[in-house]
Amino acid sequence: MSVLIYTDSSNGALTKNAFEAANYGGQLAKEAGTEAIAVVAGSASGLEELGSYGVSKVLHVNDAALDNFDPQKIAHVVAQAASTTGADTIIFAHDYTGKSVAPRLSAKLDAGLVAGAVALPNGNVVKKAVFSGKAFAEVEITTATKIISVLPNSLDKVETGGSAAVEALSVELPSTGITVKEIKKESTELSLTEADVVVSAGRGLKGPENWGMVEDLAKELGAATACSRPVADIGWRPHHEHVGQTGIAIRPNLYIAAGISGAIQHLAGVNGSKVIVVINTDPEAPFFKAADYGIVGDAFEVLPKMLAAIKSL
Amino acid sequence: MKILVCISKAPDTTAKIAFTDGDTKFDEAGVQFIVNPYDEWYALVRGLELKEANGGSVTVLNVGGADSDPIIRKALAIGADDAVRIDADTTDALYVAKQIANYAKEQGYDMILAGKETIDYNGSQVAGMIAELMDVPYVSLASKLDMSGNTATIEREIEGGAEVIEVNTPFILSAAKGMAEARIPNMRGIMAARSKPLTVVPASDATSATTIKGFTLPPAKSGCKYVDTAEELVALLRNEAKAI
Repeated sequence: MSVLIYTDSSNGALTKNAFEAANYGGQLAKEAGTEAIAVVAGSASGLEELGSYGVSKVLHVNDAALDNFDPQKIAHVVAQAASTTGADTIIFAHDYTGKSVAPRLSAKLDAGLVAGAVALPNGNVVKKAVFSGKAFAEVEITTATKIISVLPNSLDKVETGGSAAVEALSVELPSTGITVKEIKKESTELSLTEADVVVSAGRGLKGPENWGMVEDLAKELGAATACSRPVADIGWRPHHEHVGQTGIAIRPNLYIAAGISGAIQHLAGVNGSKVIVVINTDPEAPFFKAADYGIVGDAFEVLPKMLAAIKSL
Repeated sequence: MKILVCISKAPDTTAKIAFTDGDTKFDEAGVQFIVNPYDEWYALVRGLELKEANGGSVTVLNVGGADSDPIIRKALAIGADDAVRIDADTTDALYVAKQIANYAKEQGYDMILAGKETIDYNGSQVAGMIAELMDVPYVSLASKLDMSGNTATIEREIEGGAEVIEVNTPFILSAAKGMAEARIPNMRGIMAARSKPLTVVPASDATSATTIKGFTLPPAKSGCKYVDTAEELVALLRNEAKAI
């Protein structure tokens, strides 16, 4: 009876979402009066830091065969760790890795999975986002072993202090038939799904040559840049910046949208943001209905003035 | 090349989201149902392109009742050769995955394609579960898929970037943006779809692992606070929202 957390790593370090998963699992274990144990696959350092979110022990499967991402191998590692620790609850982040591994593990263990949880469980019932963030469902897990993947930025962090003990775990890995040929890391840019602040713009900017003011503001705020679908489709911005229903969904603390009308498909990708700021010349733009703060005005005037105001803070 | 594409029935993107029966059921009144966009735009269309280039067949599969037939006909109109509907209630993702795996393991498909998630439950679960149940590789969130003989070269999204991988058939893939461009069925396709085979097979014995107890809507936004100047906005973001 313990909580097992899969904490993901990238380039030898734990990811931001790994700490989010640890935070969720640590709080859950504390509530249940049990132990939170993390499992890490592949080479990674700084694992004892997981202790600051209530993790008492980290099982480290330090096998070079796990350095390239392979969900089948990771599912095998987590299943092994669950069996070793006797964990009855297994936590993932609902990110690219969690989406690949948690379903495999669910089928492997015949354990119920709630994907995209937004709150700690209430007994066996877990709240998750559905209908692209337009509603929530209360889902009961009816199996003895439970798997929960946590939507990023949905639970406040509770730092407990402390350091986790790191133990090596050896797991015999299955061969899986997937060969990695090339890894394309966007290492120079801040990952859009991990950014706390996102500055986004749409067709209202009139052309790709005007994105300098978006990038300048983002740089000053330590933010990632994003765009609406039409802007990606006509090639003003790269596709990987497109947020919305068909692009990627983000949940930053602050989302600043300039010159985006706020079609329902765009809102579906950003409505999990904590604070939404909308800048649009059209007072009837639907995005204002979803905004916390709005300026009816021209992005060409407002964005440079925001940059100046932030610099003088 | 024998290709299976899994399609889900989903409410139209612009449908009003409301609930009935004491907030335990999605209110379908007046809701238009569509093929889940990721299944249609990315998985189905790429499957058809591969068939057109390499020969073979594309079968679409849906787990659901007769109310799924209109969206299955739509997939046939876009170009799938035939369709299978497993006549079962979609109680949860694991149950649906077991239905598909139990059927597909006897059929010898080279690949099973699905969208990256449905736009109603947003779970991203079923394809990965099928892969585990059938003990085959699973490539999630793929944005490119090319075939050369039995070897697939696939680009997929990972944390902080993308990777290119190779895998031999059979495999299971979930498709994301970039995989293909949406196709609109033409009149010939729509006419042909009426006579293409749609086989209904009974549900197999399987258990589910989760139950939905109820739904809630997010609290309404307290309303947009309009400000006149950028300076005022920045001050509010710093002092009131504490977001910068």
